[in-house]
Amino acid sequence: MQIYVCVKHVPDTAANIRIVGDKAFDDGACKFIANPYDEYAVEQAVQLVEQNGGEVIVVTLGKPVAVATIRAAMAMGAHRGILVTVADQFVDSQTTAKAMAAAIGQDGKADLIFTGKGAVDTEGFQTLYRLAAAMNLPVVNEINKMDLADGKAVVGREIGGGAREVIEVSLPCVLGATKGLNEPRYPKFPDIMKAKKKPVKEIALADLSISTDAPASELLKLVKVPERTGAKMLDGDVRQAVEALVRVLKEEEKVI
Amino acid sequence: MATIGVLIETEAGKVKETNFGVLTAARQTGSDTIIALMLDGSAEDAKTVLGQYGAGKVVQVSVSSGDVSASPDLAARALAAAIENLSLDALLGLASAIGRDLFARLAALKDLPLASDCVAVDLAAKTVKKSHFSGKTTAMLKLTAEVLLCALRPNAVEAVEAPTDAVVETFAAAVEDPGQVKVVEVKKEAAGSVDLTEAAVIVTGGRPIAKAENYKILEECARLLGGTIGASRAAVDAGFAPHSMQVGQTGKTVSPRLYIGCGLSGSVQHFAGMKTSKVIVAINTDKDAPIFEKCDYGIVGDLFEVVPVLTEVLKEKL
Repeated sequence: MQIYVCVKHVPDTAANIRIVGDKAFDDGACKFIANPYDEYAVEQAVQLVEQNGGEVIVVTLGKPVAVATIRAAMAMGAHRGILVTVADQFVDSQTTAKAMAAAIGQDGKADLIFTGKGAVDTEGFQTLYRLAAAMNLPVVNEINKMDLADGKAVVGREIGGGAREVIEVSLPCVLGATKGLNEPRYPKFPDIMKAKKKPVKEIALADLSISTDAPASELLKLVKVPERTGAKMLDGDVRQAVEALVRVLKEEEKVI
Repeated sequence: MATIGVLIETEAGKVKETNFGVLTAARQTGSDTIIALMLDGSAEDAKTVLGQYGAGKVVQVSVSSGDVSASPDLAARALAAAIENLSLDALLGLASAIGRDLFARLAALKDLPLASDCVAVDLAAKTVKKSHFSGKTTAMLKLTAEVLLCALRPNAVEAVEAPTDAVVETFAAAVEDPGQVKVVEVKKEAAGSVDLTEAAVIVTGGRPIAKAENYKILEECARLLGGTIGASRAAVDAGFAPHSMQVGQTGKTVSPRLYIGCGLSGSVQHFAGMKTSKVIVAINTDKDAPIFEKCDYGIVGDLFEVVPVLTEVLKEKL
């Protein structure tokens, strides 16, 4: 099986985001990681290839430093990587999807495409749908269960309120992974060393000649969310503290 | 004057309460026509309650070629046809599990920009506000398109009534199902429970809850408050609660009006999923727990002692 996995290079969720100017952040000052949901995608692809044979190709769009995320995925077992390089800090989901579709189309024939359910940086929850549309493939997101049978995938996804859907989707398709699908492996030192020697092809976004004239979304401003400055502590014995809490929630905050 | 559509979601045939905040967001300019669109449930049954929040028209969208509940692609195509037929300038909806999926399919189908999981929308300026970087920053985005697509985070906009008389219309969408994605089964694992992402009040238990049965203590308290229960990643990983209950990164992002965290340390990853809650209360035995730095009200104490007393006091005072 030829499986492509789209992985995003994102700031660590624990990193402090220092805003620079109106709509940029100091990306040199924070640690970057592979988008956490994409790790479930990489693991699933690697497991499928371990079982059925084939090749796992990681596709990332980002600045040249994003190659670190491709290496991390290769340490988990992916065979090679494609890095679509851009100069911008933020690239909208429409452009990203078209670029990924073009890069995959150029490279080979996909039997399956995986990615995470969403990225923890821009939280757009749409790139994989656009990728599927650009490649004319079906898509299912937020899957936490998957089986392959007779040219189709049977996947499970939660739909809230304790309910889950079982979906049949024809292959090839684009699948968005989330927690529960598998347990992403922790690469061992030899795997990390081996990953350094695996091939990564770099393509500049401009060389993919994709059209970017569709209506789009543009980032105007990025502002820090003010942090709460510490709790008002409710003292006394348990009964007193709880009564004070109920009073404040009812009378001042009016939330109960 | 613009025409704003709102996709209404129902649960067991009833309009979900979280729709009312979306209807409120839709009528912000005051002069726009608000059309509620329904793919499921009955427009006739829903018109009174939707009119209460300013919907002048309720359109039942039907598809004769298939079952929209079994094909999200068919549902997206039906919506696209409705947008065109009703000449909508914007379509708003809920960023619920279903809504997020449907809006993304629609946006991809029509190659239109989409703002998903927004906390605010300005229909005149075509701008939205949404979280970037796990709740640490807010991004303002401008959507340049004929039709603005926006899925709002449940509870992000407070519902305000604006009663009007809603008329019911029907629209039969002439669309075909590409037939590649089929919902073959919907399993109800915990019937009747409120969806975490849409709950107005959430009481969450961390690792100190120690076993699955102990969530009962939180459940009673949450029920009195009209809410539901959540779990931390540590509690889920320890097997005390299913992943569907997990709040935070790799779990659910929630925005209730009241969040009560019991035995939570206050990790960045947990806060990524709940920091937009209106009021956050923490109960923890450790007075130096980081959560007390980042919440609104705190009680130092054991959840097994504090929560039962809270339940008792709520019974008396509510």
